[in-house]
Amino acid sequence: MAELLQHLLNGLVLGGTYALLGIGLTLIFGLMNVVNFAHGEFYALGAYVSFAALALAGSDFFVALLVAIVAGAALGWLCEVALLRPLRNESIDTTMLVMIGVGIAMQNAELLGWGGVAKSIPHPFPTAPLVLGPVAIAPLRLFVLVLAAGLIAAAWLLIQKTKLGRAMRATFQDRDTAALMGVSIGRIHAATFAFGSGLAAAAGALLGPIFLVYPSMGDLASLKAFSVVILGGLGNLPGATLGGLLLGIAEELGAGYISSGYRDAIGFVIIILVLLFRPSGLFARQERIA
Amino acid sequence: MTRTGGWLLVAGALALPLWLPSPYHLHVAIMAGIFGVLAMSLNLLLGYTGQLSLGHAAFFGIGAYTSALLTLKLDWSFWPALAAAVAVAGAAGFVIGRLALKLRGAYFVLVTISFAGVISLVSVNWIELTNGPLGLPGVPAPELGPWSLRTKTAYYYLVLAAVGLSYLVCRRLVRSRIGRALVALRENEPLAESVGVDVTHYLVLAAVVSAAMAGLGGSLYAHYTRFVSPEVFLFTYTVTMVIMVVAGGKGTLAGPLVGAVLFTALPEALRAAASWQWQMLAYGVLLVLLVFFLPRGIVPRLGVALRRPEPVTPTARR
Amino acid sequence: MLAVRDLAVRFGGVTALESVSFDVRPRSITSVIGPNGAGKTTAFNAITGYLRPTGGRITYDGVALTGLRPSAIARRGIVRTFQKTSVFPGLSVEDNVLTGLHLRGTAGFLAVLAGRRRLVAEERALSAEAATIIDFVGLDHRRREAASALPYGEQRLVELAVALAASPRVLLLDEPGAGMTGSEKTVVSGLIRRVREQGVTVLLVEHDMRMVMGISDTVIVLNGGRVIAEGAPAAIQAHPDVIRAYLGASAGSS
Repeated sequence: MAELLQHLLNGLVLGGTYALLGIGLTLIFGLMNVVNFAHGEFYALGAYVSFAALALAGSDFFVALLVAIVAGAALGWLCEVALLRPLRNESIDTTMLVMIGVGIAMQNAELLGWGGVAKSIPHPFPTAPLVLGPVAIAPLRLFVLVLAAGLIAAAWLLIQKTKLGRAMRATFQDRDTAALMGVSIGRIHAATFAFGSGLAAAAGALLGPIFLVYPSMGDLASLKAFSVVILGGLGNLPGATLGGLLLGIAEELGAGYISSGYRDAIGFVIIILVLLFRPSGLFARQERIA
Repeated sequence: MTRTGGWLLVAGALALPLWLPSPYHLHVAIMAGIFGVLAMSLNLLLGYTGQLSLGHAAFFGIGAYTSALLTLKLDWSFWPALAAAVAVAGAAGFVIGRLALKLRGAYFVLVTISFAGVISLVSVNWIELTNGPLGLPGVPAPELGPWSLRTKTAYYYLVLAAVGLSYLVCRRLVRSRIGRALVALRENEPLAESVGVDVTHYLVLAAVVSAAMAGLGGSLYAHYTRFVSPEVFLFTYTVTMVIMVVAGGKGTLAGPLVGAVLFTALPEALRAAASWQWQMLAYGVLLVLLVFFLPRGIVPRLGVALRRPEPVTPTARR
Repeated sequence: MLAVRDLAVRFGGVTALESVSFDVRPRSITSVIGPNGAGKTTAFNAITGYLRPTGGRITYDGVALTGLRPSAIARRGIVRTFQKTSVFPGLSVEDNVLTGLHLRGTAGFLAVLAGRRRLVAEERALSAEAATIIDFVGLDHRRREAASALPYGEQRLVELAVALAASPRVLLLDEPGAGMTGSEKTVVSGLIRRVREQGVTVLLVEHDMRMVMGISDTVIVLNGGRVIAEGAPAAIQAHPDVIRAYLGASAGSS
């Protein structure tokens, strides 16, 4: 029982960051109809930027996190304006190929910049775990969980309460009508991509100190983000949040009770099964009318 | 391409080992041939049927492992192992084709990518069978009757035969009513159905042939490098195939071959000048540039330049 | 005979067709008319297998079509066109029609790989057939051009040619005259009559009343997911329910 609780807690920590990844991707996918295969590279970027700020510039942990988010958002914005905007009327395959290209370029630029050796991000937290009844958690992990929850809440507030969020939701519902109502689609797309990339970078900066940082970490992150999006349903924010938690917990349980070698297979299997049996996601109340 | 031009090209390919200065150049030619088979296989799905498979390395890897395991563990000889590699990869293509029937575009891409991910993890973790990340060394060189095809020259001709066979299969398919049905699915699926094109049948057919061809490439790769490891499932292989097809011209017969030759020779030529990471970085940038500046690829562009457009259409020439 | 019995289609809570029954007599030209949202295209989609009906039966010569896939329905000779222009855009007019001839070809996978001589003859016969059909719709001068490069009216003719290539016994045309000029409509009306003379049953959805009344043998009026009238054009034009449906609809939408 204690073991199960421990797995659930670890899964929650992992799942919170997966949710951050998934929220960004589901917005980009749902709102812009862009299959962003570079999403995981923004995650890796966040991890590397925070590593650079902490280990090289000796900055504060929180400042490093902030710098990572800003860097991710800025590069995301640039990507949208320079590459995706001219292709807005092209097919989904075309933008997908471009984003694959961007992903490969980013990953190898990281490889060139940092070398292939995995880095570990220093953090200011004590390593002795906090014991909470039957379970134990490292202070760093607790902090990551709390911060991820805070960021998810902030994203939620932004979408629900701000003017930008309203425009984003309107664009998601119907791009043409939103444009007629005076929403600048170009600005909304740029903002969405920057926002999604910033969240991915935040996830990278948060998980970076827990795991190691290495250039190819983005590949798996992309796929995990996609499994979260597919679990939750396209463009579904609460779905992505729940999907992220679910994936994190499923991975912890799978690694704990089945085989740790197949941990990463769980995301893949989820993609295949959900797409085959519930293509609109686990939490969709009814089929979207296409 | 005119008939004479085609035969000249065949003659040139046959005579190639005579004027290549070193075994290294022959090695590049062999790799170009293997990638040519792979690119043609991807083109059947991406170019003609309009479905992007980003798990194509899975079929390549399945072919490589099937061939390696059968020759190493069951002492099969090369030819039946090659046939089995083609069959097993084709069967995997059948499964994926059936599974992905209702999925299009991004969803098809995600299922193929996930399939490749799962297979790759199996190859790493099923250590009793695959020897895990260490891979399987000592895959035997093929033999043809009393002759061993151990030399690079002999292997070159083996690969050339496979390229010729794959090209022929593609050409016959594409210029038949089957090819028209595949293109119809790409161009307008509801309309294709309304004139009686059975979507299930043709999608699965395209997936099976494409996967089987990739399996052929995998088997040839395994017996050439004599070593198979989980690296055969690397996403890089898939991306390379995609770039070859997109650059050469998707939905054209010659495109994938042009792309394969170009993108095998170029990195090799640049190898002295730039490290592997720089090349990969250049690959990424190149993919972006291609989409922007050469979206239809080299072959259709050349066709326009020569005022004789290579039709994307599968009409039989008469 | 194509027979539709108690056809019902519901999307979620919305009823598109409540209970629709009608017959299409062989070798007739039958039109389905009705105000926007009456369920005309829904009925077409249900008959041709693009939509699974919630209830009812559709049979052709006594054989059930309900539940079959579109391609299987096409194989039984029931072929449709689409309301929005629908061609194979990247293909030439000739290849559009050759694709339409899909079911006429017999070559299977192995035969194609083997490259039998018989196939060459078959391809030649199909090409000749395609040329005849292109000639029939009057697009001979456009044979080699990409369908997407043609003006709108001619694209609709390509669409008709593709449907004709599938050798229909019943041809369902969804607004064949939509967006066409008056003279183009005359051409299309003439083509539809000639198709019927060749023994094909025609069922069409159309908004242009002049065209409908000019070529139809029977007119079926749908409103609110039900058949409210059925009969010869003259009788329909005088039918009080029809007049009310149209006036009511136009009053409601303006």
